[in-house]
Amino acid sequence: MTATPAQALLLASMLFALGLLGVLVRRNLLFMLMSIEIMLNAAALAFVAAGMRWHAADGQVMFMMILALAAAEAAVGLAILLRLHAAGRPTLDADTGNRLKG
Amino acid sequence: MTANLPFLLSALVAVWATFMVVTRAVAIHALLYLVVALLALACVFDVLGAPFAAILEVIVYAGAIMVLFVFVVMMLNLGRPDSLRENTWIAPRIWIGPGLLAALLLAALADALVMAAPGGGRIAVIDTRQVGLALYGPYVLMVELASFLLLAGLVSAFRIGRHIRDEDAP
Repeated sequence: MTATPAQALLLASMLFALGLLGVLVRRNLLFMLMSIEIMLNAAALAFVAAGMRWHAADGQVMFMMILALAAAEAAVGLAILLRLHAAGRPTLDADTGNRLKG
Repeated sequence: MTANLPFLLSALVAVWATFMVVTRAVAIHALLYLVVALLALACVFDVLGAPFAAILEVIVYAGAIMVLFVFVVMMLNLGRPDSLRENTWIAPRIWIGPGLLAALLLAALADALVMAAPGGGRIAVIDTRQVGLALYGPYVLMVELASFLLLAGLVSAFRIGRHIRDEDAP
């Protein structure tokens, strides 16, 4: 017996739930970005599992699209983070993000 | 069941490392655990018959994106006060509500998986050739859109991340 799509989807759900937990609990913007990466990875795993189930390459194509999305998201998110830090904000608390100016 | 061992081991490592990412107080520790989780996920991809996705996961995710995170952590120069404050932010009582919500979501997803099992089937390795044919065949428009997205990300990161001092004197 080898790995089944159901097991892979269960793993994807667990990773997604953990990422969601991270986004909900953490107040540090850096950790929230990392949790979003975890959730994107879980979605990519679901796509790959579906591609394995149907013996189609479409799942891996979607994985590459998610990869591009994650790269763009990380670049913009980290740039905003650095901007907040450079503006003299002493903390990475997400609740102070509404004071972003300029 | 023994043939299933690589998948189970990688899945266990991935879940454990992800849990450690979510619960760490020091950013760089969480980042290293995240790299471990991504490498374990690459192993899972390989077991699932997607070697190209596994290699991309290692090169792009564990390589490029994580290096980006590490550079940002270095530039932020977070010290001991930050980790102390982080410890107060992740006090145990904060975890109850979100933990219940995440467990509820997981229970709903697992229940749906049990109700409508996607079925088994032999694992067929989908190699790079098939992925490339699909990528530049029916999905060529999505490749163009992904390039738009990456260009937009590049331009906005460059614009947002410019030096602040340069524009103080207009």
